[in-house]
Amino acid sequence: MHEMSAQVVQHHAPPTSFVRKYIFSLDHKVIGKQYYALALVAALCGMVLSWMMRIHLGWTNVAIPGLQLLSKNGAPGGVMTPEYYLELMTMHGTIMVFFVLTTAPFAAFGNFFLPIQVGAEDMPFPRINMSSFWVTFLAFIVLMSSFFVGDGPTLGGWTQYAPLNAVGSAGGPGQGLGVVLWMVSIALFCVGQLLGALNFISTTLDLRVKGMSLMRLPLSAWAWFITSCMGLTAFAVLLPACILVILDHVAGTSFFVASSLVINDQLLPHSGGSTLLWQHLFWFFGHPEVYIAIVPGIGIVSHILITNMRKPMLSQRVLIYCMGALAVLSYMVYGHHMFVSGMNPYSSLAFSFPTLVITIPATIIVLIWTFSLYGSKLRINSASLFALGFISMFVSGGVSGFFLAQPSIDIMLHATYFVVGHFHMVMGVAAMFGIFSGTYFWFPKMTGRMMDETLGRIHFWLSFVGTYCIFMPFHYLGIAGNIRRYSTFVNDFLQPLIPVHRWITVAALITGAAQLVFVYNLIHSRFWGKPAPDNPWEATSLEWSTATPPPWDNFGGKHPVVYHDPFQYGVQSSVGDYVMQASPEQVKTEHEEK
Amino acid sequence: MAKFFALTIIVIAIASAVPVVMHTWVAPADISTHGHLIDEQMSETMIEAGVSFLAAQIILAIFIWQFSNRGPDAKTKTFPGGAKGLVIAALLLVGAEVLALGVFGVKAWADVYLTPPSATALPIQVQAGQFAFYFRYPGPDKRFGPLHPELINEPNQNYFGLDPEHDLDSRDDIVAAEMAIPVNKEIHLLMHAKDVGHSFFVRELRVQQDFVPGLDVSLHFTATKVGKYEIVCTQLCGLGHYNMKAYLYVLSEADFDGWLKKEAAMQ
Repeated sequence: MHEMSAQVVQHHAPPTSFVRKYIFSLDHKVIGKQYYALALVAALCGMVLSWMMRIHLGWTNVAIPGLQLLSKNGAPGGVMTPEYYLELMTMHGTIMVFFVLTTAPFAAFGNFFLPIQVGAEDMPFPRINMSSFWVTFLAFIVLMSSFFVGDGPTLGGWTQYAPLNAVGSAGGPGQGLGVVLWMVSIALFCVGQLLGALNFISTTLDLRVKGMSLMRLPLSAWAWFITSCMGLTAFAVLLPACILVILDHVAGTSFFVASSLVINDQLLPHSGGSTLLWQHLFWFFGHPEVYIAIVPGIGIVSHILITNMRKPMLSQRVLIYCMGALAVLSYMVYGHHMFVSGMNPYSSLAFSFPTLVITIPATIIVLIWTFSLYGSKLRINSASLFALGFISMFVSGGVSGFFLAQPSIDIMLHATYFVVGHFHMVMGVAAMFGIFSGTYFWFPKMTGRMMDETLGRIHFWLSFVGTYCIFMPFHYLGIAGNIRRYSTFVNDFLQPLIPVHRWITVAALITGAAQLVFVYNLIHSRFWGKPAPDNPWEATSLEWSTATPPPWDNFGGKHPVVYHDPFQYGVQSSVGDYVMQASPEQVKTEHEEK
Repeated sequence: MAKFFALTIIVIAIASAVPVVMHTWVAPADISTHGHLIDEQMSETMIEAGVSFLAAQIILAIFIWQFSNRGPDAKTKTFPGGAKGLVIAALLLVGAEVLALGVFGVKAWADVYLTPPSATALPIQVQAGQFAFYFRYPGPDKRFGPLHPELINEPNQNYFGLDPEHDLDSRDDIVAAEMAIPVNKEIHLLMHAKDVGHSFFVRELRVQQDFVPGLDVSLHFTATKVGKYEIVCTQLCGLGHYNMKAYLYVLSEADFDGWLKKEAAMQ
């Protein structure tokens, strides 16, 4: 690893044509914005799908106006059929996990800010970077196309368990072409993420400017670096797994279909496959994916909290080690998704212990955040509110992990709404709060304009209270045994729980509507927002040393030299209570790490 | 704004805990010999997780209340002890919690999964297929006949693909769409998937286990209370997943013998 000298090689010329500037751009900042736009469109699609699912779960036979336009067979007269519910649910989960929670906090913010935070002009492989976005975009188009071809999208859930994913249309609507499109889409997505990860890792290791040692990287940069290492290994496993399923569909192989299976009284022409193999491959990706979604949020929120606390965290080093520990342990815990899957029951115990252990670095992170607030001068704004909300959600979603880490308790809670509540809070809502916090914080740098603070606070309050109203009751439903992935609650014991579902539906509609306030704020501020100064938050990292928005080569032909640790707040300098990383001014550090 | 936010966090935290403390939504009473271990583990975890949840939210709220918007002239200060104390506290407290939950939790799991069924357990085969369960009892010879998947024919009610003409062991097998078991008698459940993945979940029995196509798995349990309970599928198996269910009847031994005779006569 080395730190670059000030003589940085220019990777590409400044863009001149419209196409090169805005569409097939090599500029990491434009690519970051493209990822953000893709994630925003995907999030809106995923949210609308969740609205329709929630309406159906609350009032099964109600007609949803316009739904029949999306699928005449899936929603005749606007009333959702059970299979269409499952198709929408599958698409909701897939869109949110891959195209929102992976794309926005990691690929969007990371692309825009990682090179600037290390002081580079761009990523080392701009063409690969451009390809990573367009492959991801193609993946999204392929996924969404399944709404309009064949008999609709796959209904197998975002986990696509075998052998339902490999038996073809015999398995139900969408299980033929729908599954193939899903697998092609996710395989493409994996390629995009692998390309992105290569760039992120090499940017961090090779393009740091003079003075920017690894320990001087801001926590957000560390989070993107750790996430890219996870992405490189996790997506590299999912990619071949998807290809094997495609082969089961189109090449007559039987990787995931066992012998002697019978559907509709017809013996399937497969033999010798392993259904549990898919679960192992999927969750070897799937659990690190949870951390791929949340670690960037941990870094972003840490960065933003520090800026607004006006003092560093109690220990930047411990936070980095803990993020690293989460990443390493995330590969050792994946079997907790499979406690009752039929795998060797001794394996369950082996997977349970590291799953419980992973709560230790997670707890340390929460303690460092919380006790760093002590003695701070906390500024309350939309970005810090969402960052604090992130902590609250991370705690709420995290403690339910204690239950699911234990195989004996999993016997009761597996596949119930408890699991849905857990992961929605800890990797869904918390990660979304990280995205929102990052947006309110970095929007001025990305666009040159400020977001509306009042609208931001309205957005926060409705989102914070709303998400608790939605996802806490999920846990109660799970404790009562409410099974997930049911389109209708026909079971006797589920009848008393229907009013809870209706409450959740109303809360989801209101909370979802609050997101439209955010979208309005985003679009309105982009064009008509107050012009932003270069450093509106009095922040210290390198992105705030350059112009707003940054020029195409980030630092206008100059190359910063780094003199300080990333978060020098609570000091007395010529500009205030902080000193920027690129400032040669010497100040006395007041908050030494203990 | 900051103080209101702090109060909101506390109100939400307490409101979230109320239904748990009040037992508003709970699992039904346990009817198995092993279930109390799971319930105890659940209660212990609820206390530990609940205390952690409330403490973390309340401390967060207190610090937000106390240290927000203090103005430009206020001095920042560091939490006494710094990060080292917190790391040690987390390692000790959470480490102890992890060890306790991990070690004590093994017993409940071992009771279900790591001990073999007794030799006197009643074997019952359950087959899961889109979207129904079928149950097979071995009959007086106490042996199941072999399965011939190619012979499965639902309209002819040959759900398992039995061939009684050629397989002696199949002739007295009893196939039913409902599951009946004698109370206080250990059951050895042999789980077979016909097509895709399914699951067998009876809340009252504290039993949930996936069916694995191509791999027969087994489970053993003893029901302790007579009654009618729902068996549901918890593994997404296709469009009719939500409707895949059967009933479990836990009967007195005499009633069970009568039920079995009646079912045998209907074969």
